[in-house]
Amino acid sequence: MIYREAGDFKASYRADGQTFPLRLDRTAYWALLAVAFLVVPFVITDYWATSVLVPFLIYAIAALGLNILVGYTGQVSLGTGGFMAVGAYATYKLTTMFPDVSILIHVVLAGGVTALVGMLFGLPSLRIKGFYLAVSTLAAQFFLIWLFNKVPWFYNYSASGQITMPERTVFGVLVTGPSTSAPAKYLVCLGFAVILAWLARNLTRGTSGRKWMAIRDMDIAAEIIGVNPLTAKLTSFAVSSFMIGIAGALFFAVYLGAAEASESFGINKSFLILFMVIIGGLGSVFGSFAGAAFMVLLPVLLKNVLVGGMGWPTDLAAHIELMIVGALIVFFLIVEPHGLAQLWRLTKEKLRLWPFPH
Amino acid sequence: MKLRFAAAVAAAMMAAGPAMADLLVPHLSYRTGPYAGNGNQYADGFNDYFTLINERDGGIGGEKILTPECETAYNTEKGVECYEANKSEAALLYNPMSTGITYQLIPKVAADEKVLYTPGYGRTSAKNGDVFKWVFNAPANYWDGASVAIKYLLDENGGSLEGKKIALIYHNSAYGKEPIRTLQDLSEKHGFTLTELPVDPPGQEQKSQWLQIRREKPDYVIMWGWGVMNQAAIQEAANIRFPMENFIGIWWSGGEVDVQPAGAAADGYKSLTFNGVGTDYPFYDDLKTHVIDPGKASGGGQFVGSAVYSRGVYAALIIGEAISKAQELAGTPQINAAQLRDGFEALDISEERMAELGLPGFGQPIQLSCENHGGAGMARLQQWDADTGTWSLITDFIQPDAEVLDPLIAEDSAAYAAEAGITPRCG
Repeated sequence: MIYREAGDFKASYRADGQTFPLRLDRTAYWALLAVAFLVVPFVITDYWATSVLVPFLIYAIAALGLNILVGYTGQVSLGTGGFMAVGAYATYKLTTMFPDVSILIHVVLAGGVTALVGMLFGLPSLRIKGFYLAVSTLAAQFFLIWLFNKVPWFYNYSASGQITMPERTVFGVLVTGPSTSAPAKYLVCLGFAVILAWLARNLTRGTSGRKWMAIRDMDIAAEIIGVNPLTAKLTSFAVSSFMIGIAGALFFAVYLGAAEASESFGINKSFLILFMVIIGGLGSVFGSFAGAAFMVLLPVLLKNVLVGGMGWPTDLAAHIELMIVGALIVFFLIVEPHGLAQLWRLTKEKLRLWPFPH
Repeated sequence: MKLRFAAAVAAAMMAAGPAMADLLVPHLSYRTGPYAGNGNQYADGFNDYFTLINERDGGIGGEKILTPECETAYNTEKGVECYEANKSEAALLYNPMSTGITYQLIPKVAADEKVLYTPGYGRTSAKNGDVFKWVFNAPANYWDGASVAIKYLLDENGGSLEGKKIALIYHNSAYGKEPIRTLQDLSEKHGFTLTELPVDPPGQEQKSQWLQIRREKPDYVIMWGWGVMNQAAIQEAANIRFPMENFIGIWWSGGEVDVQPAGAAADGYKSLTFNGVGTDYPFYDDLKTHVIDPGKASGGGQFVGSAVYSRGVYAALIIGEAISKAQELAGTPQINAAQLRDGFEALDISEERMAELGLPGFGQPIQLSCENHGGAGMARLQQWDADTGTWSLITDFIQPDAEVLDPLIAEDSAAYAAEAGITPRCG
């Protein structure tokens, strides 16, 4: 009744092909962006920035990147943690070597470095598929972490092997380091998340996205109709790693401020992000955000409810939290194997008919 | 979801807000994950000491000490979340019990002006108070530990380690990497060869490292392990029949839970310690009367007197002493973090004071100052007796080698000062 397409006429192909064909969706999208950019920065607290929104946005970027590879191109990767580490260490090396260059440029360059590394490890995907590819990307994960532990050049020979982010400013405002204000951290991450989501959305509905999906659906058929698997797979690895690299760079520079390879970017991180993609919905930009929200926000919420609200002992709460999150994952996957994005799609379909379903 | 979340967080914040008359020491603990075995005991000791002070003396200077727990699972992201969640005006001090989290918090506490106390762990060069204004790591740090272990071995070998082979098996993280630089310098000074064997966290898997030990036959093995890594290492050492008396762990590798799984094979294993162990102190009589018997013991009191529990007690004791010193200096029982920091810098715990607290000979005398945030850094060795299931202290406190450590600390803290733009303040 309220959510409907009646009266929403399209007069051009351009209008018909837009991301949000319904006027209500468009309004909601712009309203959300307006709130995110114009309202939230003024009310955000340190706790909300550091523990809730910044990790959510960074994980959403990483999930977006992985979604391009796994969801759109059908190449399973378990190397996400390793690629995030590449982004983090690249930022660290670049910003300590060229402290005068803006950190935002370094973050993008770090994404570029990760894209190159990702393409290198993506080469085997031309020959191997499925589980075998997963295993070879697992090798990338272990190799990269080992490398960052082993070669002291990467961590500037610090005694503990930790990398620590120095203070950096953008237009005179501190964006990294301990004295960074909550809005600054939040806005940097939000900016990157919005731009990359926009990029991902437009790439995936253009030529390259269609090639990726053709490869995903049936690689031999795709090859016969003229899709070059070499370029399709490698561009997918490059774009995916680029985003994951930026997520890793922000994770280290803006969110944590200090990191060590095996603790911050271990195999657990790869699994966590893969879960986000699967739970959020393979092949969906919205799903990446939904999955990240589910995996990042839910544990924090549960912790606050169980320990803060109900006064449970912390260990009991931590165990119950694991069980609840685990049970919910199983529940969601049984009820809707295509993830939260599909759930959202169905809700919208039903809303269009409401209150008069056939 | 967003709304409910906001409501929950608001509720949590209200619930966590302490009554204004209390002193707040947020307790970042871990009772889950691969390090829970040790983390549980430490957290219980930490809580029980303050429970005793609150129950018996009504707090310190009439102020009750609150230690609301926050679960970190030894994970830096959760640690940062816990730090932010508890970062109210009233929060005085953090003791995160994790070197990784400590590295995250060192710059943050300087910006937020909170005290960070890392007894026996964390960044070693924080001993230099000239640079690390808000961080304290008394009574001993990792480089002290490394040096004491080597000094002990020197004693064992009639003053020379020339031509000996020593292997360091370490947790491949900021924690485990801390002693490497010191041990490298010491190996040059004393002429032993050092083999470094990293074990990837959490550390159940260390077959290949022990295979290498079996092949290279080092004279001694030194371990920097934590959580499941300790148990696995001691079990592996037993499997290859490495002589246990030549196997020395850092203080974090010296708990009952670490040696018990290996059973009789762990007999003779040695570890460093900077505190006494067991319940043979008058302190435990009070603890029994005021905390354990009324059923107020943290975690049900099952670990009372264990080695790691004792370290938790010791950490709480030093914090308690610093609080009372700070109250004395500030002239008010209601102190803030900056006053507590001053209290730490004026801290002076003598042997007599330890006896007054019911723990004679439990720890070394501690005297801190503006420059020295780490104390004397002495440690002693304990040895495991598998038959009786107890640790026994086998040496007195050993002084670390200042000749090697001081330049290293100066160098590392100068590097940090340059990186973070800090000017020395004590001079």
